[in-house]
Amino acid sequence: MAKIVVENLVKIFGDHPDKALKLLREGRSKDEILDKTRQTVGINDVSFAVQEGEIFVLMGLSGSGKSTLLRCINRLIEPTSGKIVLDGEDITGVDESELREIRRKRLGMVFQRFALFPHRTVLDNVAYGLEVQGVDRDVRVEKARAVLEMVGLKGWEDYLPGSLSGGMQQRVGLARALVSDPDVLLMDEPFSALDPLIRRDMQDELLSLQSQVNKTIVFVTHDLDEALKLGDRIGLMKDGVIVQLGTPEEILTRPADEYVRRFVEDVDMTRVLTAEGVMKPAETVALKDGPRVALRRMKERGTSSLFVVTRDRKLAGIVTADDALAAAERNDEDLSRIVRDDFPRTTPDTSISEIIPVLADCRFPVAVAREDGKLLGVIVRGSLLAGLVRKDEAAWN
Amino acid sequence: MELIPKIPVGDWVGVLIDLAQQHLGWLFAFIYLVCDSLISALQNLLLWPDPVIFIAVMMLVVALAGHRRLALGVGLGLFILLNLGLWRLSMVTLSLILSATAIALLIGIPLGILTAWSKRANRCLMPVLDFMQTMPAFVYLVPAVLLFADVGHVPALVAIVIFAMPPVIRLTGLGIRQVSGELIEAAQAFGSTRMQILIKVQFPLATPTIMAGINQCIMLALSMAVIAAMIGAGGLGGTVLRGLMRLDVPTAFEGGLAIVIIAIILDRLTQSVGRGRKQQKSSA
Repeated sequence: MAKIVVENLVKIFGDHPDKALKLLREGRSKDEILDKTRQTVGINDVSFAVQEGEIFVLMGLSGSGKSTLLRCINRLIEPTSGKIVLDGEDITGVDESELREIRRKRLGMVFQRFALFPHRTVLDNVAYGLEVQGVDRDVRVEKARAVLEMVGLKGWEDYLPGSLSGGMQQRVGLARALVSDPDVLLMDEPFSALDPLIRRDMQDELLSLQSQVNKTIVFVTHDLDEALKLGDRIGLMKDGVIVQLGTPEEILTRPADEYVRRFVEDVDMTRVLTAEGVMKPAETVALKDGPRVALRRMKERGTSSLFVVTRDRKLAGIVTADDALAAAERNDEDLSRIVRDDFPRTTPDTSISEIIPVLADCRFPVAVAREDGKLLGVIVRGSLLAGLVRKDEAAWN
Repeated sequence: MELIPKIPVGDWVGVLIDLAQQHLGWLFAFIYLVCDSLISALQNLLLWPDPVIFIAVMMLVVALAGHRRLALGVGLGLFILLNLGLWRLSMVTLSLILSATAIALLIGIPLGILTAWSKRANRCLMPVLDFMQTMPAFVYLVPAVLLFADVGHVPALVAIVIFAMPPVIRLTGLGIRQVSGELIEAAQAFGSTRMQILIKVQFPLATPTIMAGINQCIMLALSMAVIAAMIGAGGLGGTVLRGLMRLDVPTAFEGGLAIVIIAIILDRLTQSVGRGRKQQKSSA
């Protein structure tokens, strides 16, 4: 079952949303509505579902409505119409006290500029959510300490947030959101205010933390690299509409329209593409075949080396033309004696930014093999470049 | 200008006062009772210990709060009051100021919160505050006397409260409004009630601003306490007034000096309360 379902959500800013809503339903554009009614359409009929345990990224430029949409989920911003369904329950209709309970126990939130309470210690900031629930001091201190340890801030409990670095402050923000163990985390550009190196660390940490706690995360960002790195799925927003919703790969390779295409065009493809995406089928020779077969096949393909595989296509090594020729002249029939293992290998999900340097100073192709040793394909310089170009073409055409 | 007759604003106010006297007598009697008891109790409290003991205790308390130099200053100031033979009058003035400040805070802080919460309340209250602050202080004295049908410290107290309360309301509202929207949003996102947001987030963060309001309130109360001597508030104001009427410069000057000393002591004390908290915060 989907954790969060957003159905036909509309948010209109202004004093008379009804008039604007009516025009919107008639299919008028945002600009027309602004002209006629002086009302701004923030979110225009958005629907999506977030699965349990998923990191769902809302991405868009500023003013695209992504933060507004996020705030509609916990009703910090009251939607004008439409439904927010959490665990099968429509929460758009619930009253103040029920909403407070939902916010206290089921929805944690992390803010762009941390929004830590400057007058409270790190510990009291983290314990805040429990404090407003009326949890006993002993219990909340214990829980807050545990969460702080989880985010790597043990020992900083009694400091004030102002004396911590940005990265540490946002860990406090994260701990504060996690302390009441909510199922859902709403994260509003949590790493945008951090400098790039810290940002990358925090992204890695979020991923490793997520593998421990397995929350449902709705993550807002304007940074495409961040979205691609963190998102299981990405909703790309523009003018209050989700223009494309899909996995990072789908968004990059099949942009839905010109806007998405322009958005993704300067993406660093080497970070996004994986070995699997650029490898080509491997030229191989079986271990039983012998040097002469290997030589003939190299001649056919015009290569100077071949990967050697076992009967069940597991990678056994590589054989070079020089070695095979020497062996053939010696009348040596056994390939296993000349198989070498000083070649680079990688797994299918390695990003090609890591493969490029390897490829640059090695005369052999890179073997792409699964953990169990099965050879899937190879990457040579040509296939890598072709892979990049292919994606680029897909993005342009 | 003859064509348009003078609008009888003054007469209207007079009628209003008359009406209040006739129909709200019970209310003013009640207020009188409360104010009278408050001032008298405070006055008795301040005059109860021997002045020397009082001074010693004050110095000790301030020193223990971590302000040693201030403790010396307070001791010196109070000693001068005693030495000038103005101890009793000073305590009378002080009890008037402290009662007025207490009442001003009791009314002003909730009103300040109201102005921060509701734009409409803010719009309604601001012109009233402007009026309260700019109307010459003397003007309050007469209706206060009429309403309570008495001269003395109660009408003086009411006039002082009206004059000294605006900064409390303004700065409380300002302090609360200044708390960043992000923090309020965070507090809401974790399911705080409005009261929890006020007590746990807005109030602590607004404290320095509110303290500035309290400081101003005390200073205004002091200046008004002197003026209120004209309706028999007694205390140091009476000394100054008497000195003026008799052209007795030494008496007037001594009274004035005592007022300055009290002003400085109260100002430094309230400021140190605000500062003391801040220091705690940044060193914790």
